[in-house]
Amino acid sequence: MSALLEITDATKVFGGVRAVDGASLSVGANTITALIGPNGSGKTTLFNLITGYLRPDRGRVQFAGRDVTGMDAGSLYRRGLSRTFQQARVFPQLSVQENLVVAGGYTWRQLFTRRVSSSDRNRAGQLLAEFNLAPVADLLASELSYGQRKLLEFAAVLMSDPKLVLLDEPTAGVNPVMIDTMERHVRDRHAAGITFLIVEHDMSFVMRLCDPVIVLDQGKPIFSGRPSDVQTNPLVLDAYLGS
Amino acid sequence: MSKALRLSALRGAAFFGLLAALPSFNLAHWVLNMLVFTLMYAAMSSAWNLVGGFTGYPSLGHAAFFGVGAYAVALWFQHHAIHSGYEPFVILPLVGVLAGLIGLPVAAVAMRTRADVFAIVTITLLFVAQTLAFNLHSITHGAQGLSIDPAPFSPATFERPFYYVLVGLLALAMGITYLTIKSKVGLSLASIRADEDKARGIGVRVSGLKLLTFCVSVGLTSMVGGVWAYYEGFVYPQFAFDPLITISIVLMTFLGGRGTLWGPILGAFVLELSQQNLAYRLGGSQFYLIAYALVFLLIMLLLPRGILPTIQDRLRYRRRRAGAAEGDDRPSAPAPRTAAAKVAVGGGERA
Ligand SMILES: Nc1ncnc2c1ncn2[C@@H]1O[C@H](COP(=O)(O)OP(=O)(O)O)[C@@H](O)[C@H]1O
Ligand SMILES: [Mg+2]
Repeated sequence: MSALLEITDATKVFGGVRAVDGASLSVGANTITALIGPNGSGKTTLFNLITGYLRPDRGRVQFAGRDVTGMDAGSLYRRGLSRTFQQARVFPQLSVQENLVVAGGYTWRQLFTRRVSSSDRNRAGQLLAEFNLAPVADLLASELSYGQRKLLEFAAVLMSDPKLVLLDEPTAGVNPVMIDTMERHVRDRHAAGITFLIVEHDMSFVMRLCDPVIVLDQGKPIFSGRPSDVQTNPLVLDAYLGS
Repeated sequence: MSKALRLSALRGAAFFGLLAALPSFNLAHWVLNMLVFTLMYAAMSSAWNLVGGFTGYPSLGHAAFFGVGAYAVALWFQHHAIHSGYEPFVILPLVGVLAGLIGLPVAAVAMRTRADVFAIVTITLLFVAQTLAFNLHSITHGAQGLSIDPAPFSPATFERPFYYVLVGLLALAMGITYLTIKSKVGLSLASIRADEDKARGIGVRVSGLKLLTFCVSVGLTSMVGGVWAYYEGFVYPQFAFDPLITISIVLMTFLGGRGTLWGPILGAFVLELSQQNLAYRLGGSQFYLIAYALVFLLIMLLLPRGILPTIQDRLRYRRRRAGAAEGDDRPSAPAPRTAAAKVAVGGGERA
């Protein structure tokens, strides 16, 4: 199993807080890898380092065989590295359909073409149908429920045909039906060849869906292995229960 | 042609047809003079709206580029003669490009900041520009100002050439705005306005689009400044780089509706016509400034998004309630916002 994403010795310090502290880990191609850990263990910060939202103070990020350390978020997105946010971020004053279209990763030339062309409509339409958002395609994103917004954000980052998708707490704040829906979409897209790295607190979701599981504590991975081994590992128990 | 497109074409044709016909009604000079100033403000508000409305960067420095345009024309005609009277209009595109180029480094620095900080950085720019105009004596003649040879137009129809050139500039600004709205540029700008960091992360060309929009916007603004300088026949630092110009175009755009095609034009016509009217009737006093302050307060309290977006919301809300009352089978789901609903009010992002 080759690594699609490889992080070596990544470090990020905020003031005195070592949010990510010399972390090395890798995400194998075609896996659904979980990244878990107590609150404040640096999961979101690690996502920001990987996706170009933050520059690491030290360390390297390699994606699809290339060193992408310090590359900006937009370029990474165009290269096939997408992410969602812990608090779903959509554009409230754009329609649901436009939220997808705007994420198409356009060239300068394409920017001067129609706002929503018929081919955009087709492309977005397929994703909208897949995510069951077609009936609300013309509503403003601000009119969606929070769960629907999470789905929309997920669907939108698929517009660039990503190789790797990072989901930051996809089930946080959504109802149980929506959690199942989310799981189904990850499975479908995984079957279609996308690799996932998922931060999640819902352990049953992680156990059902993810393999392997990486546990982060105080900015460093303390465990990486099969989901069945994670809950019996003394280091992990220690991290969650506090020492 | 789609129904929506036909309607906006009709609206545009009616508006510009009316503007083109107005001077043939033998209007008094003071009325034409008032219209000339109204068109200046409409064109500048429309241009400002690209940056302040669609992109969400509240520039208070646009008057600096108005001044750049005014001085560019004045300086050019210190060394070149005016024969036919149309020469200053011919060099306007050059003036626009020059101001756009000056705007490039300005935007590259200023647009690293956002919101209130951006507003303060840009208004500082305006005062820097004014100070330069006062102090670069050898070029600008400082407080003495520069004069331009008067236009050799017949006194009976003196305002007309200026009027029509300004109609052209307004059409240009609105045309650019319309194309922006209808293209992925406008879609991208809307994402920048809503959440710039998120937009960056989904491959929107944030930095490039901000620069482009700013340069186009200040280029248009400078061309209006050039026409103004020629119309007045002189430029002084305190009038060419006047914070009141900035305040007015911001206020007009806020009043009509930021981020809409027609909002800034509506705002400019309402405010400038009433202000000029008052000035003409009451004599040139500064009392209108108090009225401006009041208008601004009232807008912020009653119509925080401006006239057009507020009407649009009302209509949508009504349509939705009408839909629910008709026993729509999705009573809890809001009625889809159709293109036709947008067009009905004229001036939405997609109008
Ligand atoms: N932008 C920031 N500025 C300062 N401190 C931050 C910032 N982002 C995260 N932190 C700190 O870094 C640590 C890790 O945070 P985070 O990555 O959000 O953890 P997690 O996602 O695992 O809950 C926390 O102590 C948090 O307070
Ligand atoms: Mg987090």
